[in-house]
Amino acid sequence: MKKLLLATTLIALTAGYAAADVVRLATEGAYPPFNFVDDTGEIAGFEREFGDEICKRAALECTWSTNEWDSIIPNLQSGNYDVIIAGMSITDERKQVIDFSDNYYPPVPSVYVAAKADANFASGTVAVQVSTIQAAYIAASGATLLEFPTPDETVAAVRNGEADAVFADFDYLNPLVKESGGALMVVGDPVAIGGGVGLGLRQSDQELKGKLNEAIAAMKADGSLNVLIEKYFGAEGQKF
Amino acid sequence: MFAVCADPKSIEGLTWLGCYLTSGKHLDFYMSFVTVLLLLAVTAPASMVLGFGGAVAARSHVAPLRWLGKGYSAMVRGVPDIVYFMFFVIALDQGFEIVKQQFVCPGWDQPIFQGLEFHVCPAAKVPVATASPFAFQAYGFSLAVITFAIVFGAFVTNVLYGAMQAVPRAQLETGEAYGMSHHQVFRRILVPQMWTYALPGLANLWMILIKATPLLFLLSVKDIVYYARELGGFKTQAYDYPHPDWRIYYFLGLLVFYLLMTKVSEVVLGRLTARLSQGQATAAGEAMRKAAT
Repeated sequence: MKKLLLATTLIALTAGYAAADVVRLATEGAYPPFNFVDDTGEIAGFEREFGDEICKRAALECTWSTNEWDSIIPNLQSGNYDVIIAGMSITDERKQVIDFSDNYYPPVPSVYVAAKADANFASGTVAVQVSTIQAAYIAASGATLLEFPTPDETVAAVRNGEADAVFADFDYLNPLVKESGGALMVVGDPVAIGGGVGLGLRQSDQELKGKLNEAIAAMKADGSLNVLIEKYFGAEGQKF
Repeated sequence: MFAVCADPKSIEGLTWLGCYLTSGKHLDFYMSFVTVLLLLAVTAPASMVLGFGGAVAARSHVAPLRWLGKGYSAMVRGVPDIVYFMFFVIALDQGFEIVKQQFVCPGWDQPIFQGLEFHVCPAAKVPVATASPFAFQAYGFSLAVITFAIVFGAFVTNVLYGAMQAVPRAQLETGEAYGMSHHQVFRRILVPQMWTYALPGLANLWMILIKATPLLFLLSVKDIVYYARELGGFKTQAYDYPHPDWRIYYFLGLLVFYLLMTKVSEVVLGRLTARLSQGQATAAGEAMRKAAT
């Protein structure tokens, strides 16, 4: 342990002090097509390409890391990375603890997905990912809340009958429904919650926020953001 | 990694499976077994050292030392592991950075705690933002080792404390009668004899430690359970190798791994018990003495 610690400390100490312009991005890596770890072990998806593009435009050197969803905000505040880029919806509740950039994905409706058309999603058991806007919405509704740490487990809960329905972003569920061969279907009406997806930042990082907002605005203006959305979400993706 | 695997969606059958099982992410999965074994190899001795220190402190005649030993064991054992792995680690990380800041940028005048946020000068980050991904992984791993060692050390403290109390008083008295000092009695009689009483408790802790490694992911260290869940989950066409929910197969693989670990541990611990019972003033030691004569 001592040797390892010493080695780590040495690496940490000798890695140079020109640290000012490196921006560390953190994502969840389990939320396709927004972000996921691909088969080569690299972070991929819409947010990977978008993140690299805004870093290039803002002339920032960016590095990527993954962090569990549940502890993603505390680790931002603690300074373990500088930006959360993980399909995080902008909400007033989160704004009390962190700051957000302008949205880079428009407000997207959330939908219920179930294994049968007459599923009781209004008062039955609904699976959601922990600490999401969907979890807050279900907790306030009449349904029984069933929380999971990862998005994949919420859908698996519906497949194996543990939950009556899963409630999540349309864009996450849509490919799963399409590829399920009829085993999964959207039930009920879409629900509009959340204020779009933004980059999560520390409230004190106003300079970084300015740079990123500028880059996002430029991508919205020249249409390249819409091209990227089309690439990852298809024709059903929400455009600016 | 092989030429045939260049376009995974056009291949099928055994070739597909071969390519799938040698994808970059699977290689990371195989490596995570090494991570877990390394963690066990480092954490077990580290918690033994902490636990031994704690037990000696808890038996000390010096009151503050005794309070420290007993307090350590009582506090850590009373707090749920998950709390340690969520908050203690962040606090430990921040502690390192505050200390480092005193050395690398003593002139930094901004407050460290700004509301909910934690700020040290950029050069005082551990590791600094420019460090390689390996440095971040090694650092996360080190934090994991320290946290595991502290948590399990507290349990070891209690086991060893109990084992030390269990050594028959008559054994120690004999040593004293031979004129040994307090220290000599401790080193020559108490410590060699206590292991046979400590072993069942330590074996339990070892088994629990083997299965506690999924907590690693809370520290961004990806262990075998993280990969099994991640690789086994339903994969859409967004991935190179789409497949349905295969978690059962991955977790069956883990089951085999854990059973093997348990089996090997049992064999090793069985031999250790036999060896430690030799010549001991216990029922097991007595039975061995009779069998030999």
